[in-house]
Amino acid sequence: MTGVWRTLLKRIADRPTSISALSSVLAIVSGLLVGLVIMLVVNPSDALPGFVTILFGAFNAGMTSLGNTLYFGVPIVLTGLSVAFAFRTGLFNIGATGQLTMGAFTAVYIGVNWGFLGPLHWVVALLGGMLAGAVWGSIPGFLKAFRNVHEVVASIMLNYVAMYMNTMLIKQLIYNQQYARALSPQPSALIPTWFLDDIFVGSSINAGIFIAIALTVVLHIILNYTVFGYELKSVGFNKDAAKYAGMNEKRNVVLSMTISGALSGAAGAIMFLVAGRHLEPVNQLLQEGFTGIAIALLGLSAPIGVFLAGIFYGNLEQGGYYLQLFDFMPEIIDIIIAVIIYFSALSLFLQKFVAGYIRRRTGEEVELQEGSEIK
Amino acid sequence: MSDTLSVLYFLFPLVIASMVPLALVALGALYSERSGVINIALEGIMVMGGFVGIMMIRYLENATVLPPQVIALLGLLMGAFAGLLFSVFHAYASIHMKSNQIISATALNLFAPALAIFVARTIFLSRRIVISGNYRIREIPVLSDIPVLGELLFTRAYLSTYIGVVIFIVLTIVLYKTRVGLRIRSCGENPHAADSLGVNIYKIRYIGVLTSGALAGMGGVIFVLSFATRFDGTVVGFGFLSLAVLIFGQWHPLKILYAAFFFAAMRVIASTYSGIPVLQAINVPSEIYRMLPYVATLVVLAFASKSSRAPRAAGEPYDVGKR
Repeated sequence: MTGVWRTLLKRIADRPTSISALSSVLAIVSGLLVGLVIMLVVNPSDALPGFVTILFGAFNAGMTSLGNTLYFGVPIVLTGLSVAFAFRTGLFNIGATGQLTMGAFTAVYIGVNWGFLGPLHWVVALLGGMLAGAVWGSIPGFLKAFRNVHEVVASIMLNYVAMYMNTMLIKQLIYNQQYARALSPQPSALIPTWFLDDIFVGSSINAGIFIAIALTVVLHIILNYTVFGYELKSVGFNKDAAKYAGMNEKRNVVLSMTISGALSGAAGAIMFLVAGRHLEPVNQLLQEGFTGIAIALLGLSAPIGVFLAGIFYGNLEQGGYYLQLFDFMPEIIDIIIAVIIYFSALSLFLQKFVAGYIRRRTGEEVELQEGSEIK
Repeated sequence: MSDTLSVLYFLFPLVIASMVPLALVALGALYSERSGVINIALEGIMVMGGFVGIMMIRYLENATVLPPQVIALLGLLMGAFAGLLFSVFHAYASIHMKSNQIISATALNLFAPALAIFVARTIFLSRRIVISGNYRIREIPVLSDIPVLGELLFTRAYLSTYIGVVIFIVLTIVLYKTRVGLRIRSCGENPHAADSLGVNIYKIRYIGVLTSGALAGMGGVIFVLSFATRFDGTVVGFGFLSLAVLIFGQWHPLKILYAAFFFAAMRVIASTYSGIPVLQAINVPSEIYRMLPYVATLVVLAFASKSSRAPRAAGEPYDVGKR
């Protein structure tokens, strides 16, 4: 057994990416452990069954919870892709929530008003949401490229502008006075469920999952098999070197933020083009944008990794829902996510920890990809 | 004339109430950034400080018969202490671990409200922590009898306002007139030069971040005591708004005061404009006023970033080997 373990460690030692992946797993384990400790403090007798409920959130109620896991995972996959895509160009898109809000409003506006589109209605609403997110994302891109404004600061300001603008536009344009919320999109604007509701009976799943899969594949191809993707990553690794090599680094920064914004806009559209969910004029930032940061980090900014991490989040979210059977509050999930982000911030430390362990067990030196993620 | 004056008497205390936490938290951010660490965790630290401080106040209200202003003072101190402790996480990650400062701050921003709501719902079965007292000081003997000024500054005021003024003055003097202040500023400008002169960069940066933590924590309590009789797990963006105050104030204490006043005025106008005849006639949606501080900050960033007063080394982990 120890022999197998050592061979495995040796193989890991040969590939720096797998060390990063291991540090991601360690971050998740740390977050879950903190969650477990809190549950033990609050209610020791139910802590263990509660913890199992979180871990296997998707399997609490058969196909229903499995479907809902995918349903809740989709927006997070998209915001995760959004943040990850900007990461690859060396940009920190903390503005996903603002882009998501603009996308959601635009999609719902089209959903409420443009019924003449018929069967294309939901497609146009989704594209409109992506366009709005793209425009909102491009602003910090332009400011960064041409005015040297830090994209984090610009995005934070734009998050709040988007939040208030959303409140204002809902009240002016698509207000349902009676319920103090936005009007419902017409049925033709809702993301179709196709055959999915027959498979995942009783869940809210819709075609959003196919959109998420398609976008994951597209981004994977862009980043790994195209010149454009290569340029984006080069700008992310070393802006000056990329410029010296003849790449237009300003254009790439703007494009990266625009695409990133479009992905968050898609998340917003998919979140609110469903029956029973309404935009509200409440001046609150939508948390999905921030969760996307965690998912991007855990997925190591690679589209497929982000997709898996996003679905894992859906699993936790479902776990939180069923956790209420045990008298625990679902906010424990948010605590776990926050701790996971914190340990992701310590990823370099975690990587050194893993490398040190491997060195002790196998005597092999390990090379770390220092600063491989974001700077 | 007397109409204008009564509007002024009505608005001024409200503006001050918003201005105090904004200016204090922005001053904390100034300390952190001047020492070289970007702290966008202010929102989360405010929530954490507000949460612990208000829990303390609730406890004191029920268990003791202390006068309200003493309870408020203890709550403010407790909030500051909680904020200081909480900011250690950010300091440790960004100073010792050389982590990405935005990521660790984001973690704090998400952790604080989650913990506050979780604990509140576990104990009180509701996310709200209700306190009974009204901590507004109706009037101060003698001082509130001064014409005009007495009405503006010493009636319907909060203890936190006076404490805030003192802290702001003291910390500004410390930053610009003392040895430790000089060291803090040098660590954010050129840490290598400071290091070569024997300044302990790590220690100074801890001082910077923990100061911002204490001020943000206290700011969270001030926020609750000034605007509500309950805490429900949020400070409605005040932490991020303070960051805007810092930028709009170009990393300078006096300009931070102007910025805080302007932003506070916008907030007050947004919530009271229907009662002010001139503004009611213009009839601009209140969200425009609320948006304005953020838009103004963006404009300042766009046009002043080339000549920015931001500390040069803010956001960069200190690496001895890098020159």
